[in-house]
Formats: sequence, C-alpha cells, structure tokens
Amino acid sequence: MDLTLSPSEEEFRDEVRAWLQANHPGPEPSGGLDEVMEFRGDWQRKLHAAGWAGISWPREYGGRGATLIEQAIWVDEATRQEAPSPANVLGLAMGGPVVIAHGSDEQKARYLEPILTGEEIWCQGFSEPESGSDLASLKTRAVRDGDEWVVTGQKVWTTFAQYAKWCMLVARTDPDAPKHQGLTYFLMDMEQEGVEAKPLVQITGEGEFNEVFINEARIPDENVVGGIGNGWSVAITTLMNERAGLAFGAIAQIQNSLGRLARLANEVRLDGGSAADDSHYRQRIAQLHIEAEAMRLGAYRGLTKTMQSGIPGPEGSLGKWQWADINQAVTELALEIEGGYAPLARGSEHAIADGAWQYGFLRSRANSIEGGTTDILRNIIAERVLGLPRLR
Amino acid sequence: MYFDLTDEQQAIKATAREFLAARFMSERIREIAASEDGFDAGAWREMSELGWPGLALPEEWGGQGLGIVDLAVLFEEMGYALAPAPLLSNTVVGMALAECGSDEQKERYLRPLAEGERRGAPALWDAGSPAVPGVHTMEAKADGDAVVLDGEKVLVVDAGSADVFLVVTSDGRRHIVASDSPGVTVIPSTSIDLTRRLYSVRFEGVRVPPEDTLPGEQADYLPVLWRTCVATAAESTGVAQRALEMAVEYAKDRQQFGRPIGAYQAVSHRCAQMLLETENARSTVYGAAWAADAEPESLPLAASMAKAYASDAGWRVPNASIQVHGGIGFTWEHDLHFFLKRGRANAALFGDAKWHRERVADAVLSRAATPAVV
Repeated sequence: MDLTLSPSEEEFRDEVRAWLQANHPGPEPSGGLDEVMEFRGDWQRKLHAAGWAGISWPREYGGRGATLIEQAIWVDEATRQEAPSPANVLGLAMGGPVVIAHGSDEQKARYLEPILTGEEIWCQGFSEPESGSDLASLKTRAVRDGDEWVVTGQKVWTTFAQYAKWCMLVARTDPDAPKHQGLTYFLMDMEQEGVEAKPLVQITGEGEFNEVFINEARIPDENVVGGIGNGWSVAITTLMNERAGLAFGAIAQIQNSLGRLARLANEVRLDGGSAADDSHYRQRIAQLHIEAEAMRLGAYRGLTKTMQSGIPGPEGSLGKWQWADINQAVTELALEIEGGYAPLARGSEHAIADGAWQYGFLRSRANSIEGGTTDILRNIIAERVLGLPRLR
Repeated sequence: MYFDLTDEQQAIKATAREFLAARFMSERIREIAASEDGFDAGAWREMSELGWPGLALPEEWGGQGLGIVDLAVLFEEMGYALAPAPLLSNTVVGMALAECGSDEQKERYLRPLAEGERRGAPALWDAGSPAVPGVHTMEAKADGDAVVLDGEKVLVVDAGSADVFLVVTSDGRRHIVASDSPGVTVIPSTSIDLTRRLYSVRFEGVRVPPEDTLPGEQADYLPVLWRTCVATAAESTGVAQRALEMAVEYAKDRQQFGRPIGAYQAVSHRCAQMLLETENARSTVYGAAWAADAEPESLPLAASMAKAYASDAGWRVPNASIQVHGGIGFTWEHDLHFFLKRGRANAALFGDAKWHRERVADAVLSRAATPAVV
C-alpha cells in the first residue's frame, strides 16, 4: 500500500502546477454563453499548443499518452486551480477516444486533429425525450439511401449542440432487431438543413443543454463508426470514458466547495457567534469532509484496480453517486447556513457571496440525473457488483 | 500510488478468514456468548501461536513487528467473524507499553502480552464521567514514591479475562495494575454486546509501586489512541461487510410475490446503500492505517474520519440488513443481532462518531479561518 506519488509523478505534478499557474487565463467571462465559449476556445488553443489537450490520447494521435495517474494529477490540479474547461470538452473526453478505439484510419485522419485544436466542437446525441435511462429504446431512425443515411428523430440534453460541428449520434438502423442490436453510431454534421438545435432553459435560467430536431438529415456511409448494428457497444465505450475521466476532477471540485463552505460558516454570524461555532453545523460540515475523503480514497482504490485489470469496473458507479450526493448536500447546507438570506440570488443587494450558493444549489440538482441517474447507478451496483437479480 | 493490500497482507487476511471461520461458527459464538466470562482460552492459545496478540508490536519485545495496515486487515477479519476474543483490549495495552514503557516494563509486561502469555485491558473511563478520550478523573494520590488509586473504572473491555489493567489517572499517566492485586474488584456489566464483555473495576487503596507507572504523559499516548481507533474502525468495517453479505444472500434466496426480493428496487437499493457505506468505511480505515505507518502527521485527522464513519456504518449496515431480512432478522435465532450489537458497542468505544466529527470540524474550520491564498 502506498498513497504517495512516485518521484516522476511528483515531477509531472509540479510541471502541471507550474504551467497552469503561468498560463491560467483567469475567471470565465460573466456574460453570455457565446462569450464563454470563445474564452474556452482560446484556452483550448493554448492547451493544445503546450501539448495538454488530449492528455489521455496516445501520442500517435496527437495526445500526450499520459498514464492513468498522470491523467488524475492533471484533472486534480486543473480543478484545484479552477482552470476553465476547454471548448471542445465532449470531443476530447468522448469523441476522440471513440474514434481512436473504433474508427477507421480515414476517420482518425479526418477528425482527431480538429478535436484537439477545438476548431470543431462535438456534441453527443444519445438521449431522447422518451429514452432517458432506457437509452437502448431510442427511436431516431436512420434509413439507407444509396451511400447515405437519412435520419429523422429528436435528441435532448445535447450539451453545446448550438456550437457543435459534429454530433455523436446513435440511431436505429434495424427496427426489427432486439433493441440493443439495431443501433448504429454515426458522426453527423450539425451544419446542414434538417438539423435544428434549440436551447432548453434550465432551472438556473441558463441554456447549456439543447433539444435537437432532426428531419431527414443526411449522413454519408463513411461516417458510421464501429460498423452497422454495433452502436450500443460503441456508445458504452463513450460512457465509460465519460465516467473514468471525471472522478478526480469531481473530487477536487468538491474540495474547493468544502473550502468555500468552511469560509462561509466562519463569516455568517448567528446569535452568539459564527455558524462555524454552531455544533449542529460543525457536525454536518465534518461529515461532508469525511464523505469527501472516503470518496477520494475510494477513487484511489478504483484507480489501483483499473491499473491492474485495464478496465474501469462497475464500482466506479459508487463514485458518481457519491459525488452527486455530496455536491448537493454541500450546497443545501450552505443555504441553511445563510438562513433568512437563502433566497437572495446573484446580482441582488445583500446576497451572500453574490448568490454563488444559490446558483450552486440549483445547478447541483442535475448532479443526480446527468451522466446516469443515481437510481440507475444503484441498479448497476445491485446487479453488477452485488449480483442481485434483475427486475427487468 | 498503489491502494490495495500487498500479497503478504492478502495472506494475513486469508489465514484469518479461514481460521476464524473454523473456530467461531455460529454455535460456538452462541456458547461463548452464553458463558460466564465470554472467554475462549483454547482459541486464544491458537491466536497466540499465530502471533496475533503481538501482530503490530515490536519484534524486540516478542511481537511480529508488522504495521497498522496489517493490524487493520486482522481486525477487519475479527469483525467479519465476530470473534469473541480479547484481542483489541490486549493490543491497546501492548501499544501503550510499546509507545511509552521503560525497557524494564516492556520486558516484564509487554513481552508476555505480545506473546499472548498474559492479557491486558485498558481501564480508561471513570464512573460518572462522559467516557470520551482524554477525560479522566481518578486521582493518582502520591504515597512516598508510589501512587494510590481509589475509584471505579467503567466500560472496561474484557476485564474478566485480563491479567493486568492499564489504569489512567487524571494527570494523564498510565499505571499497570495486576487484576488480582489487593483492593481490585472486577464487576461484570451487562452490555448489549454479549460477544465482548464490559466490566466495572473498583480500586480501593490500590498501591502502585513506581516501577509500574509508565513514564509517558497524556499527549504521548495520542498515537496509541489513533491507532486504536483505526483497529476498532477496521473491526466495524468487517462487521458491516458480513451483515451486507448476509443481506445480499438472503435477498437472492427469499421469494415473495413470485420473485426473489432482491429484484425489487426497494430492497436492492438498500443493499447498494449498504455497499456504499461498507466500502467508504473500508476506504477511510485503510487510508488512516496507511497514514499510521507512512505519514504519521496525517494520522490524527485520518483516524478520526475513519472512526466517525465506521462507527456509523458499523451499526447502520447491520440495521439495514435486519430490515432486508424482515421478521427472521429480529429473532434471537438469527445471528444478525450479534452484528448489530457489536457494531453499536464499537461506535461508543474510544470516542463516538460525534466526538470524532467535532475533531474533524475543528481541523477543517480553523484551517478555513485563515483567508485562502487564492
């Protein structure tokens, strides 16, 4: 057992830390999403120029070929320093790895470089209005027409669709096959007639996600990834990649929030002292720190297992579940500590911390839904870790 | 970075699992639970042959010289098997002697404890006191160069089978007192946990010669407390693991409405929650155990985190397991209640969850009181 970094890993961390300190572009602009995306685009070009884009990708495809631990160190440091996301976060985390794992040589030559530079933004077209957790029931149809496919249907929760050039689209190509087998994974050009993205306004008032309406859009045959009828297994790779990369960023993000929570507790005055003197709040703050530490250590155990076996196990679902629980609980407690001031939002006079906790409280409601609901994660754990029977 | 057991530690775990499963089958645990003193001398002899009483005690004084991670591995298995043996109490006294005893005291007391020839039990808490670490009211009254002890220690674990007590006085010093010394009376208490007995020990004018008072002071024993918390938390993790496995097994077998109850999400999600709590307890325990061996400066916080978390999980997981079992889980005939009781009793030992959370709060909130760099 050894929870320390090796000398070469420490050297790597120091390099990451120094580079981020020297190149951090400061906080994101507070204007609209267009401005934010432009800022993130600049940041991604900077990352790419210094060789930090596609850190997990093999070197032959323009990545850095970092080990799992180095990836964990990178995401930990970047989150600690609150570095912005790159513009093409979905292309880097999912699109690239899928093309590398399942794509043809032509697809690799065509798509990978513009993902790294951020020149082409990617989005993910999986969920549909009637296919959320039961993803394999999706209905968007792709029908062959010569050497093209004609696609009709609707996707939803499509992050950054309004900026995307490419959509990782899973559509049904064989309606007669069992539901997991009739699906195909396509790369769909978003810049065509027949594709319309409409932002969905969230409970925070922002529009990160979109509805995408697809009406006889055309996809050339060469844009099929992984073969006709293999869409489900290709999509699963994407989701595994999504989860594997997130853990250490999630932990650092929670540690940042816990630091802010402790400062809030020290600042908010109650009768006879600060919230940090109040036994009830002290107990709950401590409990959240303990849970965050358990999650951090659990992620190290998971990383060790993944290094031994080569693939992330279903235990990873525990981390995502916990992350949602803790993140929500931190913001809930912050609002409780703010007491009567809890309703005051960003921009309001007398709002505590300029309403940052109000935003966090609302945004974190999605944490137990996005990227696999907590309820589905519990099913996965029950069935695949504990071996309990399936109800379905 | 490697957060898993080594091959040697896996071997300790496998040996312990096998030995304890054979020695402490349900019927045997019940016999011991129903016996006068709750002590199995034969099993203790065998554990001594395996080197367990001195597992993490120095080789120089008869121990195995292994680390706290190894100790945690052993105690997790002790909890898993619900082994009724005075290993925890003996280990605590051994660690205190190893940490603070003089060479003479180590030769005279530590060696037989490490070898399992004699057994020690810590007498920490005074009748009427809050029974939390660091609060001791029994006075060490000077009598020439000796001290005289008067008063009643409560919640003394395994006192019935102990040869010596490690008695704490209000000045923070520790004294070794033989259990058969004149003026010492051992009175059984009734604990919910029949597999680990608690006692009161009365001291009436008990004279301790200077050579039996350890040189250390209160603060010197803190590392012993933190390691003790790790071992106790490890045991509770084993308790939780076993209760979880019992629930999962039952949920696969038991049929209602025409299918196994584990197919219903009300049941399967409860089991998933039990796994989450058990794995979290294990993560905090091994994180703290590693700190004890490799990074002692982070042990105090890590140990409190582990003890706080495992104190809760150690009884909540058996509690949830009883719910999964339904009526049968509430019967004396089923073994689950022994696990619930051990978990709950462990939660109260060596500082409960609230006491340890308060220490965590102290660390994280005072850190935040200084303005952040960024």
